[in-house]
Amino acid sequence: MSFLELTGIQKHFGPVVAVEDFNLAAEKGEFVSFLGPSGCGKTTTLRMIAGFEIPTAGTIRLDGGDITNRPPNRRNVGMVFQSYALFPNMNVADNVGFGLKVRKRPSDQIRKRVGELLELVHLGKMGPRYPYQLSGGQQQRVALARALAFEPEVLLLDEPLSALDAKIRVSLRQEIRAIQRQLGITTVYVTHDQEEALSLSDRIVVMSEGRIEQIGTPFEVYNFPTTGFVASFVGTLNVLPAAVVDAGAGRLSVGGQEFRISRPVEARAGDTISLALRPEMVTLGSGPDGSNVLRGTVADVSFLGSIVRMRIRIAEGVVVTLDVFNEPTLVLPQLQEPITISFPAEGPLVLESVPVAGPDLLAAGA
Amino acid sequence: MTGHAATAPALAIGGRRQRRTGSLVAWVILLAGIVYFIVPLIATFAFSLRPTPMTLAYTNVLADPKFSGSLLYSFTVAIITIFASLAIIVPTAFWVRLKVPHLRTAVEFVTLMPFIIPAVILVFGIIRVYSAKPFVFTRTEFGSDALLVAAYVVLSFPYMYRAVDTGLASIDVRSLTEAAQSLGAGWPRIIVRVILPNLRTALLSGAFLTFAIVIGEYTIASFLARNNQFGVYLSLLGQNKAFEPAAVSLISFGLTWLAMIVIALIGRGGRDRIQITAAH
Repeated sequence: MSFLELTGIQKHFGPVVAVEDFNLAAEKGEFVSFLGPSGCGKTTTLRMIAGFEIPTAGTIRLDGGDITNRPPNRRNVGMVFQSYALFPNMNVADNVGFGLKVRKRPSDQIRKRVGELLELVHLGKMGPRYPYQLSGGQQQRVALARALAFEPEVLLLDEPLSALDAKIRVSLRQEIRAIQRQLGITTVYVTHDQEEALSLSDRIVVMSEGRIEQIGTPFEVYNFPTTGFVASFVGTLNVLPAAVVDAGAGRLSVGGQEFRISRPVEARAGDTISLALRPEMVTLGSGPDGSNVLRGTVADVSFLGSIVRMRIRIAEGVVVTLDVFNEPTLVLPQLQEPITISFPAEGPLVLESVPVAGPDLLAAGA
Repeated sequence: MTGHAATAPALAIGGRRQRRTGSLVAWVILLAGIVYFIVPLIATFAFSLRPTPMTLAYTNVLADPKFSGSLLYSFTVAIITIFASLAIIVPTAFWVRLKVPHLRTAVEFVTLMPFIIPAVILVFGIIRVYSAKPFVFTRTEFGSDALLVAAYVVLSFPYMYRAVDTGLASIDVRSLTEAAQSLGAGWPRIIVRVILPNLRTALLSGAFLTFAIVIGEYTIASFLARNNQFGVYLSLLGQNKAFEPAAVSLISFGLTWLAMIVIALIGRGGRDRIQITAAH
């Protein structure tokens, strides 16, 4: 039996289905992220674990006990909110110690624990300060310390970094992960930021329209997406409309240029299918022997610092994006310059639910 | 370039002139307000000093046991009304914002009823319902006092609800409540430890308004035969004496302000205590 189990969870708000048939089993100490676009049901699911929403159907079990209908204040679940939700009338120390005071712990024990937690989040000397005297990043650290102080069985984080600037976001997410590993606490993290989910999680639950699209490790979700939605939502993706030349041999063509993929295609010759190709699978030039080669012209070159992103027009309306690492000796091609690109036969994935007429490049959160 | 350089100082001068005119208008409005407020007070004060000796009206009033008695009675009624009103309005406004926000307009409308229904209608309704069985309240002093407080609580609704609701709007009620819940707090602790301390200013302004209304109220008190209510005492005094009502008005004005300052100091005292805790 897993530590945190959600079985057949459904949540309806009147006629609106927010969450549908949600099943998850998280192990003790695991870091699970719910990833998906706005309105996909990830926060609603988290709120059901916290007890702020009661499921329409299904059960939630924590360490073997059924907590489906237990009030939030009796669940022993810590929560960190996007808006920090620090109590403005209390200083940092009182905020962190609130959960312990509620549990009527002796005051010397509370003082000791508050000190430990503030050291843990690198705010050792901030105890007497008030929330309004802290930066956003510091406030969220206090919120994290407060949620951990009473030693909850599960830590829930609802888009905790969304209100922070990019640099603080990266450093704080590394801290959250380090603290989670140090304490070994089971954690559920809600985000719409794929980079956050990929870098933090042991497993990711990708959600769309109230349903689970895929559950897997970051490696599995990124490299082996099981649905078109996951392929398009996680990472940057080229979607190519390809005509089937020989389904059994995996031979396809785009704009009259033939290439092959490593698997047979379940379609008939002449059909058009959608192919997904990650930019990092594509290289400039002919590549090693056996690579698929396509010719096109340079449509756009964007300098993004550590990488240079190029858009190569293969045929009318078909553009492939690829990334090249930046280096001082790199010679950037000119616009409209004829160019050759290549990719291995293992690179493309056949999609079923992404429309052929869809955008040539999809990026999560874009 | 030259054109820009020439127009920039002109614009700056224009801006300064506009600002000066704006501040002059503001001063005129402020002065008009002060005159409007102060002149009647000065006139009342001058009128109260007409008898010989000049302080006669004041010595008469202060020597009258009914004056201190009615003032004490009204202060007591006002304080009880404030607490009763808070006990009803705070949980209601909190619950409406948290659980049934779609009912906010309806609840707000209900709290505005005292503006729509005149006090005289309210008091006749109260007398009709509570002077016959099974709720006979008007036949005892305590019963009538209780009815007076109840009527004042209703009168305070529009002011108290708006003050509290505005205070709740200035804090993230939902997140604070959920944060407290996730930390293990029950409803009483959430309201007393988390919500109320963050509504201090709103509660004080609601309390001030309620206090001011209760001290000067006449209609309900007179129909409920609460002659020791300050408003009724003032009215009776005005029927028999010339200068004393002016003296009483000024004394009660000063005492009401004093009472409000005390309430404000009590409020600030709470805030200071929080800061002292923080310094440890």
